Amino acid sequence: MSQMNMIQAINSALDVVMEKDPTVIILGEDVGYFGGVFRCTDGLQAKYGEHRVIDAPIAEGGIIGSAIGIGVNGLRPVAEIQFADYIYPGLDQIISELARLRYRSGGEYFSPVTIRAPCGGGIRGGQTHSQSPEALFTHLSGVKTVMPSSPYDAKGLLISAIESNDPVIFFEPKRIYNGPFDGDPNKPATPWSKHPAGEVPDGYYSIPLGEAAVVEEGDELSIITYGTMVHVAQAAVRNAGVKADIIDVRTLVPLDVETLTRSVKKTGRCLIAHEASRFSGYGAELSATIQEECFWHLEAPIERVAGWETPYPHAFEWDYFPGQDRILAGIRSIMEAV
Amino acid sequence: MTSKSRLHIPRPSARPGEAPDFSYLSLSEAGAVSRPATSATASEAEYLAQNLVRVMDDDGIAQGDWIPDLSPEQKVEALRLMLLTREYDNRLQRAQRQGKISFYMQSLGEEAVSIGQGMALEAGDMLFPAYRNQGLFILRNTSLVDLMCQCLSNTRDMCKGRQMPVMYHNRKGNLFSVSGNLATQYPHAVGWAMASAIKGEDHIAASWVGDGSTAEADFHYALTFAAVYQAPVILNVVNNQWAISTFQGFAGGERRPFAARGQGLGIPGIRVDGNDLLAVYAVTQWAAKRAREGGGPTLIEHVTYRGGAHSTSDDPTRYRPKDEWQAFPLGDPVERLKKHLVNEGHWSDEQHEALKEQLKETVMAAWKEAISYGTMTEGPMLDVSIMFDDVYEEVPQQLKDQCEELIALKGTLS
Repeated sequence: MSQMNMIQAINSALDVVMEKDPTVIILGEDVGYFGGVFRCTDGLQAKYGEHRVIDAPIAEGGIIGSAIGIGVNGLRPVAEIQFADYIYPGLDQIISELARLRYRSGGEYFSPVTIRAPCGGGIRGGQTHSQSPEALFTHLSGVKTVMPSSPYDAKGLLISAIESNDPVIFFEPKRIYNGPFDGDPNKPATPWSKHPAGEVPDGYYSIPLGEAAVVEEGDELSIITYGTMVHVAQAAVRNAGVKADIIDVRTLVPLDVETLTRSVKKTGRCLIAHEASRFSGYGAELSATIQEECFWHLEAPIERVAGWETPYPHAFEWDYFPGQDRILAGIRSIMEAV
Repeated sequence: MTSKSRLHIPRPSARPGEAPDFSYLSLSEAGAVSRPATSATASEAEYLAQNLVRVMDDDGIAQGDWIPDLSPEQKVEALRLMLLTREYDNRLQRAQRQGKISFYMQSLGEEAVSIGQGMALEAGDMLFPAYRNQGLFILRNTSLVDLMCQCLSNTRDMCKGRQMPVMYHNRKGNLFSVSGNLATQYPHAVGWAMASAIKGEDHIAASWVGDGSTAEADFHYALTFAAVYQAPVILNVVNNQWAISTFQGFAGGERRPFAARGQGLGIPGIRVDGNDLLAVYAVTQWAAKRAREGGGPTLIEHVTYRGGAHSTSDDPTRYRPKDEWQAFPLGDPVERLKKHLVNEGHWSDEQHEALKEQLKETVMAAWKEAISYGTMTEGPMLDVSIMFDDVYEEVPQQLKDQCEELIALKGTLS
């Protein structure tokens, strides 16, 4: 075991998988000699060579398109998109090709591409470095979508993603790369070394895709969330003094419906929180699923806390970000409902 | 005098009712363009993009230093494969008109591209076809019955009823799955070729787009990646003059040949007479050898003409002269190879007609077998549960539930 932040855990996952499987290669902007703008691939080119950790031209569509071809030829590519906000030039390749290849070829062709992309706000990144576009990818049929909330989960889930023969979009909430963030930007940053999920095995382990985690248990309320918001929700619950199940979805597709509904059937109250804007956000799907599965157990309307329906603003970052205050307001509203 | 900015709207040389005019096509004499060494630099090979590599002259006589080393038997086989492709197209075009299939796309007039190139490549080379490359599937021994069953979406459909007609694949034959989206396969070919080089293998990749699709971002991504990594890949532009109703000027073909698109990246480009099977074969062999020697990618523009409609949903008489193909200066690839073989004494009109008859029977027999596995309207029908397979490697619970829901619903209706 070692103390790792999420960057080190991701680096360790890549290292462990590359060591174990010589077909795994990395492709992306600045990932090679430099080791990535967030340092996630630091040292890997020196260790595995230029043929396995490849610096790419600034062309996300080309990175994803060529990764698909590389995967078809028996290698296992991990493509890094430097910011999730830059993934859009590659959307056609993801939607029309990567997600559909197995299906359209009657199961004869597939390409096991993993696409890593740092996402989310809270870093003063404005609208081009703060987005949470995960909902787009959950609508595709054919790609899995993952977002971890800790170093331990990041490593275990990334290893599973790379080993999966299905394509996986792996979002990394960059605000919590260096430490858990409770939503208060005025407090000093907390490092992962103070958090139990910052203890990460050095070697190989994996966390299956498709399993949510109950990170806190309580019987008054269920909070369903993922990414950075897991930590914001934990802080809000502490301040609210309610006993809540906090469920980290972890894998958005395929969704672990069972864990979610078991909790809501127990508590009868459900709050859904994510950074991405609310309308047609992933929370809408969660809310609909809970309503369909748990309607007769609900004691209050399902509450959603999410980003406003504006582009991510630079100056108003902390008004946009669904911080503790908004979660607390949501909790009050849901607990007061009769 | 004051100058004004100007918006240029490209216009084709002739519209319906006007006389076809191909004066815009720059042509070279057969044999006039020399063949550089495969080790030539992109600059040394630059003239290949500006001229037109041709082997067969108007009398069908092979000329110059691009004459490929093909035996008479191989050339007769090439002719047979082009005729088979054309006959296959005929049958399926008619099947669409009879309502047996939903849609079809012929490769009429462009057969030499797929057949000439397919013959010049090795079985281990991976091909990423576009939708008008049925010749590649036929050449690589995909059974006609299998191809037809795909178009029929029937119980033997390789795509399990999931794709429109002509979106074939052939895993054993190293033919990738055809996409209905344009140019998306181009970066796949480059990635595949990169992986081949990473693995230290000498298999190369090849892919095809039309003149129109060169405007897509994927075309440019592919060229950039191919150039950066010197990927062993042959990127082909089949310039058949028309992208549905827009002529090649709308893809930027008015001032520079498509073959020259690689020049800025240092990718050699070859502009070849796409209706001259011998020339197509020869330039492909050159590019393949270069790629296998570590010389990297080549861009080949095949100058040809789309003899038929874009698809069965299209009516070209609304936007181009009816007799434009007849006026196309590079003729018909089948007639040209036939003339060459007859001139060389290896073929005759009688043999040609007999072969056509025989291929017609072959195709008809395949069709009869194919429809025995079902058509769009007549059984046997595909089991609907396979709709839920292959979205992922394993069927997730949500899809299992949806499948059960559908089957239960159908049960209550029947």
